[in-house]
Amino acid sequence: MCLAIPGKVVEIDQKNEHATVDYGDGTKRKANVSLVEVKKGDYVLVHAGFAIEVLNEKEAEETLNLFREMLSKEEN
Amino acid sequence: MFSLKDKKLADEIISKIKKLNVNLKFMHVCGTHQDTLVKNGLDSLLKSCGVEIGQGPGCPVCVTTPREIEEMLILAKSGKIVTSFGDMINVPGEKNSLRNMKTEGCDVRTVYGIEDAVDIAKNNPGKEVVFMAVGFETTAPTTASVLLKNPPENFSILCCHRTIPEALKAIIEMGEIKIDGLIEPGHVSTIIGSKPYEFLSKDYKVPQVIAGFEPIDVLMGAWMLVQQIQNKKAFVQNEYSRAVHAEGNKKAQQAINTVFEPGDIKWRGFPVINGSSLNLKSKYEKYNARKSFEDELSEIADKEFFEPKGCRCGELLRGLITPFECPLFGQACTPETPVGPCMVSIEGSCNIEYRYKEK
Repeated sequence: MCLAIPGKVVEIDQKNEHATVDYGDGTKRKANVSLVEVKKGDYVLVHAGFAIEVLNEKEAEETLNLFREMLSKEEN
Repeated sequence: MFSLKDKKLADEIISKIKKLNVNLKFMHVCGTHQDTLVKNGLDSLLKSCGVEIGQGPGCPVCVTTPREIEEMLILAKSGKIVTSFGDMINVPGEKNSLRNMKTEGCDVRTVYGIEDAVDIAKNNPGKEVVFMAVGFETTAPTTASVLLKNPPENFSILCCHRTIPEALKAIIEMGEIKIDGLIEPGHVSTIIGSKPYEFLSKDYKVPQVIAGFEPIDVLMGAWMLVQQIQNKKAFVQNEYSRAVHAEGNKKAQQAINTVFEPGDIKWRGFPVINGSSLNLKSKYEKYNARKSFEDELSEIADKEFFEPKGCRCGELLRGLITPFECPLFGQACTPETPVGPCMVSIEGSCNIEYRYKEK
């Protein structure tokens, strides 16, 4: 139920309420974006037809490095 | 780009935990975490390193009570269009499920989200349309957002929203199970942030990690908990920083706080948990199906409900047993013939075990 799928915002309607989200597997679907501040090109997490959060691309790219760093720091 | 794969790193985490020679029991409260654990064999892998991770009351469909299901069945029977997320319609009530009611001619429709239910109401102005609003903090803002936009008058919700931190407090206070650490649900946390969990570490000295849903996220979450324990610490750590901010999603929180107020509610397998429900504020009472259809629902007002015979979903949701300890599992209870909700929902631990291990 709390499943949320990441996708890329490819279009936002004029009212800034709905966006077309591309899930990268050929699926594009409308999502309500009124709960987030979003712009075209952002990646969002979509749950039950609503974008619930904008994903931090930089943070995502850094995640694995961050984990490696944390693991090596704990080496004692 | 949001898929994290690194086998070497995964092996490193496992070998580091193994070296510590621990014997720990963690709980998570999210079906998607359970799916990641079982699908990738991480549950057995971690168990071999002395870390057992079990699912608590983290499946909204599973914790919805027999009474709430019966309410929906009554509304369906009385001629309303009832709408719900897919899994919910298969959960058996006392005699029927919503799916059975559909085959008997009731208008039961599965929706992807609440906006679909509102569209059904707009397209059927002469009919009452009720949406079964189940879900934790991840889903509650979607309900709130729709109610803030003045949906049509023939639309209402049967509110079953529940909140996670209060349930975690309840399970700790019940003291039935050893919990050395909690893996907090990533998507609930995108909404509420990390602060609402802090009291659990402060008051009960339980280490907590908010984790994402890739295998490496869950392994990392387990490792971070082990580290806290090794260092005799208990606080809330955020492993899922690419999606979760400490303060959460303020817009979503505002929507929740405008429409709902906390109340007390029973969870399947639990007694009433204080402060764990989101009740509609009086301003939004016109969308409250329990109020609008009070007369029809009065027939079960004083009725006592019981779990299906032999079903151990309650104990499972309290983390006391695994699916394999239920005699019905894989025998009388399968996804095709579910007895309890944990076998119905794709987020229920019985359904997950059956899907990946039993077949």
